[in-house]
Amino acid sequence: MDTVVDILLLAFLAICAISILRLRDLFAMTMMFGLFSLISAGLFTTMDAPDVAFTEAAVGAGISTILILATLAQTSRREQATPARSKLVPLAVVWVTGAVLIYGTADLPAFGDPEAPVHNHVGPHYIQESGKEIGIPNVVASVLASYRGYDTLGEVVVVFAAVVGVMSLLGLRRRPPGLRPARGKPDPNDVLKVIATMVVPVILLFALYVQFHGEYSPGGGFQAGVIFAAAIILYALVFGLDKARQVIPPKVLNRLPAVGVLIYGGVGVVTLLLGGNFLEYYALAEDAKTAQHMGILFIEIGVGVTVASVMLLIYFIFSERGRGKRPDEENSDGDGDGDGDGEGAVSRDAGGTA
Amino acid sequence: MSFFEHYNYHLAIVLAMIGLYTMISRTNLVKKVAGLNIFQVSVFILFISLGVIEDGTVPILSPDHEVYSNPLPHVLILTAIVVGVATTAVALALVVRIREAYGTVEEDRVHEQDDAL
Repeated sequence: MDTVVDILLLAFLAICAISILRLRDLFAMTMMFGLFSLISAGLFTTMDAPDVAFTEAAVGAGISTILILATLAQTSRREQATPARSKLVPLAVVWVTGAVLIYGTADLPAFGDPEAPVHNHVGPHYIQESGKEIGIPNVVASVLASYRGYDTLGEVVVVFAAVVGVMSLLGLRRRPPGLRPARGKPDPNDVLKVIATMVVPVILLFALYVQFHGEYSPGGGFQAGVIFAAAIILYALVFGLDKARQVIPPKVLNRLPAVGVLIYGGVGVVTLLLGGNFLEYYALAEDAKTAQHMGILFIEIGVGVTVASVMLLIYFIFSERGRGKRPDEENSDGDGDGDGDGEGAVSRDAGGTA
Repeated sequence: MSFFEHYNYHLAIVLAMIGLYTMISRTNLVKKVAGLNIFQVSVFILFISLGVIEDGTVPILSPDHEVYSNPLPHVLILTAIVVGVATTAVALALVVRIREAYGTVEEDRVHEQDDAL
């Protein structure tokens, strides 16, 4: 049964991927992209990875899709016809690479084989010993927050670095010269407002549950962070950017990614000061399991704060940038798509040099 | 037959190749980013497939179960997803800046303008 579901979901994924490739209307492509992520989240669930499925559903179907839409609002809605160059070279590259990879899988152990090397290395240790060593049922959380705490610190720093990159590319408040502020206020449908008012608090509550119950059920800082951000983004989409900005003032939000990283690193420094190694939680309390619980709780809070604030900041930066762009100046350089709604219009230099 | 024991890996590779083809055959930068994401998801599927054990269950310890899927790929991939969206955001920010500087997000037009300089 599992096999049938598996193959069906993978087939759906392939269909979505091909339609992403073929659709010229980029808005439609973005919707297919959201669907693609949602189906892959389903696939992760059938493969016994609920933590991954949570993250993929919130990130892929929620945040990535919104980011691509925000980019489209500032670029153009339609893809141009591909120039009439030969498709043979890309096709050849893809077929050869695919064939080599498929040849390579011949040496892999069979799908689901319990004797596979990957299941005979550190995996069994985590499953058999983490109950005694860490004392929490969710093995994924033990590995993430305790056994491989260094790695996770690195990942959090990468996420932090990414938001610094986006900020330096797009700026937080700055609008490109020549842009007026948006005319008129967004006036969403009443039905949307009522539904959003009911749904957003529930999502926020669920995010907190995922954050603090992550030791006992699927969840943790990464998942909670993206779910929390998705709730606020939904609020911003329905009630407008300004209202959402009032909920979390920019002054606070801009600092939160760093605060999260500092909480995480701070736990490491505290364990050092208490006489342990960096991120060795045993120094935190007398009882080993209590110490592990405390350490995991604190660093998961750090992760949650950084991830949630980074996702929100990225969304705010993209939509601030896109606001007030005038569609009527479109096509000064022959972009060739005519419909022009929501298109960015900043071709200051480009029109002249082209 | 052993070839069909690897169906999950094969389908992940098919997805990866669709993503790769999207990246190298299309000139629209937004579409290239979408292709990159397809490729990325296929890698996630490959990793999670490696962690699956026959008759295993979700790696949350409980007295009722003996066999659990391998938690290590789950940890690697769930952090990779979040890092992936953050780097995708950087890519899209670059696309927005390219649009502002060149007035287009089609790769060949950007090259034309560069060549004209």
